[in-house]
Amino acid sequence: MAAKIDPATPATPPPQELLRLYRSMLLIRRFEEKAGQLYGMGLINGFCHLYIGQEAVVTGMQAMAEPADSCITSYRDHGHMLACGLDPKGVMAELTGRADGYSRGKGGSMHMFSREHRFYGGHGIVGAQVPLGIGLGFAHQYRGDGGVAHIYLGDGAVNQGQVYESFNMAALWKLPVVFVIENNLYAMGTASARHAAGDELCARGAAYGIPGERIDGMNVLSVRSAAARALAYARAGAGPFILEMMTYRFRGHSMSDPAKYRSKEEVSEMRDHHDPIDRLRQTLTDRGVIDEAGLKEIDRTIKACVAAAAEFAQASPEPAASELWTDVLTEA
Amino acid sequence: MPIEILMPALSPTMREGRLARWLKAEGDAIKSGDALAEIETDKATMELESVEDGILGRILVPAETDGVPVNTPLALLLLEGESPPAAAQTQTPTTANPPPPVIPTAPSPPAPTARAAPTATHRQTVRDALRDAMAEEMRRDPDVFLIGEEVGQYQGAYKISQGLLDEFGPKRIIDTPITEMGFTGLACGAAFSGLKPIVEFMTFNFSLQAIDHILNSAAKTRYMSGGQLSCPIVFRGPNGAAARVGAQHSQDFSSWYAHCPGLKVVAPWSAADAKGLLKSAIRDPDPVVVLENELLYGQTFDVPDDPDFVIPFGQAEIVRPGSHVTLVAWSRMVQVALDAAQILKAEGIEAEVINLRSLRPLDIGTLVASVQKTNRIVTVEEGWPVAGIAAEIAAQIVEQAFDWLDAPPTRVCGADVPLPYAATLERLALPQPDTVAAAARAVCYRHNDGGAA
Repeated sequence: MAAKIDPATPATPPPQELLRLYRSMLLIRRFEEKAGQLYGMGLINGFCHLYIGQEAVVTGMQAMAEPADSCITSYRDHGHMLACGLDPKGVMAELTGRADGYSRGKGGSMHMFSREHRFYGGHGIVGAQVPLGIGLGFAHQYRGDGGVAHIYLGDGAVNQGQVYESFNMAALWKLPVVFVIENNLYAMGTASARHAAGDELCARGAAYGIPGERIDGMNVLSVRSAAARALAYARAGAGPFILEMMTYRFRGHSMSDPAKYRSKEEVSEMRDHHDPIDRLRQTLTDRGVIDEAGLKEIDRTIKACVAAAAEFAQASPEPAASELWTDVLTEA
Repeated sequence: MPIEILMPALSPTMREGRLARWLKAEGDAIKSGDALAEIETDKATMELESVEDGILGRILVPAETDGVPVNTPLALLLLEGESPPAAAQTQTPTTANPPPPVIPTAPSPPAPTARAAPTATHRQTVRDALRDAMAEEMRRDPDVFLIGEEVGQYQGAYKISQGLLDEFGPKRIIDTPITEMGFTGLACGAAFSGLKPIVEFMTFNFSLQAIDHILNSAAKTRYMSGGQLSCPIVFRGPNGAAARVGAQHSQDFSSWYAHCPGLKVVAPWSAADAKGLLKSAIRDPDPVVVLENELLYGQTFDVPDDPDFVIPFGQAEIVRPGSHVTLVAWSRMVQVALDAAQILKAEGIEAEVINLRSLRPLDIGTLVASVQKTNRIVTVEEGWPVAGIAAEIAAQIVEQAFDWLDAPPTRVCGADVPLPYAATLERLALPQPDTVAAAARAVCYRHNDGGAA
């Protein structure tokens, strides 16, 4: 059932779509670089998990999402929020803990939500988003709204028991969900070989009859094609689907990563030869979709957008003291 | 000697049952394992099997008899060579046999209460009140659904959801695998997107498997999302000790859940409490923990007929007014406090009994007002003493009514041990009317010399 890395040549989308994918990934990259800078300056605190290197995964998935779909992920969530259409200003202002952040400064990096964009967090407990996510799928089925829940989890989360409780119920009730395992090879600092029995995480649903595919998660076009297949399967009422996205984070697990568990050479190899953004840029120029000047213009625009977000996030006021007591319960 | 076939105890809490029908007639040959009769309890209908070969002699309790106490002889089984006793003896079994044990009735009738006289009421068990609350709210709001283990086809492990599958179908009455963490997380996710799940835990002991979702997913998300996402969900099921089911199935979670901001926690005692509080919980936009009690499920109370009868959270009820000492309790301990009040009355002490009903928010105002009258307070908590609800009440009373106190606030709690199985030890581990009465005497500086007993 579980396949090797999808060998099929992914469908090539039209030029405008290629450019959209490129802009989306680049926005995440530049946003995360800026977040890293602001962290270094002491403007962002606490836990901060950057998505640099993994941009192709959520970008390729979102490219195939329908408006009714919902999305939920773990704590490495900034990229997912941007890909779901949340405003970079509001996301950055939440990172700085300000009043204009998506959670009015009360959530932080790991806890942001947008009902408008059907983005349901941002969850700090590893694996908890998986049963919550099948609950979103349950609600799609209950209402018959045609939506599919996109449930992201890391290779570390696949060893949580509640993931299998969720696989079981999702398969039993044919819930419209796609489990996207972002396998960046390390559960925090523990390599897959040291924490996961068996070779392929995409096969972890086999006992429940859930089809799984292993995908090159560093190639946004492969991700996009796989997303189309998996989402169509779930949307048709056939039940859940597992996509194991082979990916890599170029930065540490969080901002305080000692980087002792993997070699500099390994990281350099991935950065230099498998960067999903470089790869798409090459495709764009090879196919003559855009020239150097055009690429520079895109870069300038996105840098400006991120700079504006950073400025906004620093200018936004601290939450008022009265905010301490609001939103605990629904005020009558 | 013929063998007496006795009314069996079919569950830990069964005290009596209904003999629905006989499957064998007098004179029938019986083999060991044959089904003799159908017994209905408040939880299930079960067959009574013979454990011996023989001939069914006299039937002592006819079909369709309600309220037959456990251990009542139902029929005589004749072994080989035995003949039936004379018919005259058995037509009226109460004259031929020792009188059947008295049904250990509903402890003692609720004492007169200070509650406002309700309008029209009907008699109902706590069990049926809970079911009606869910059914009425499900009719009212199509987004409400019930999910849990055995809530559908089995009709509820404790028969709370009896009949709901027939009315609402499997889309809204959802039998789950045994997977508390999974289905609780699922229900929280569904609630994020605006549905209104009722999660039934077969018992609250199993909610420990799911407590991460109750706290981290249900209770905190509204705050963490800056008010964008709420979690309109009800977690309900029997809490605390039932009867003789041992430590892992007998824990009181009152203080565990009441500790957490973002949750509301209620603990009904009467059927009216059960109905009014559960309906409020289902209509509430925030997560609500409803701590029921298995031993109360079969007890009958007056319940208002009004289909919109709800009990707002944070309102305690004075169930017995008194002027000498305040007894505070919730859930099953309300009855223990009322029984203690009866003991004290005989000694000239009038206890005011307060049914807390809601643990978070806590109606401290009603407690303070009572202490201003009685100057003494004793809390009765089934759970452990350390960091309990009673400890919180004592702290708040000291903070808010210190000058009114004539004695230290006193706690009667469950013993600080895992609940034992043996009957003698189990009784010692839980608050009893006599231990509550003793605590009340102590704060009244009265000493029981035994004369009152």
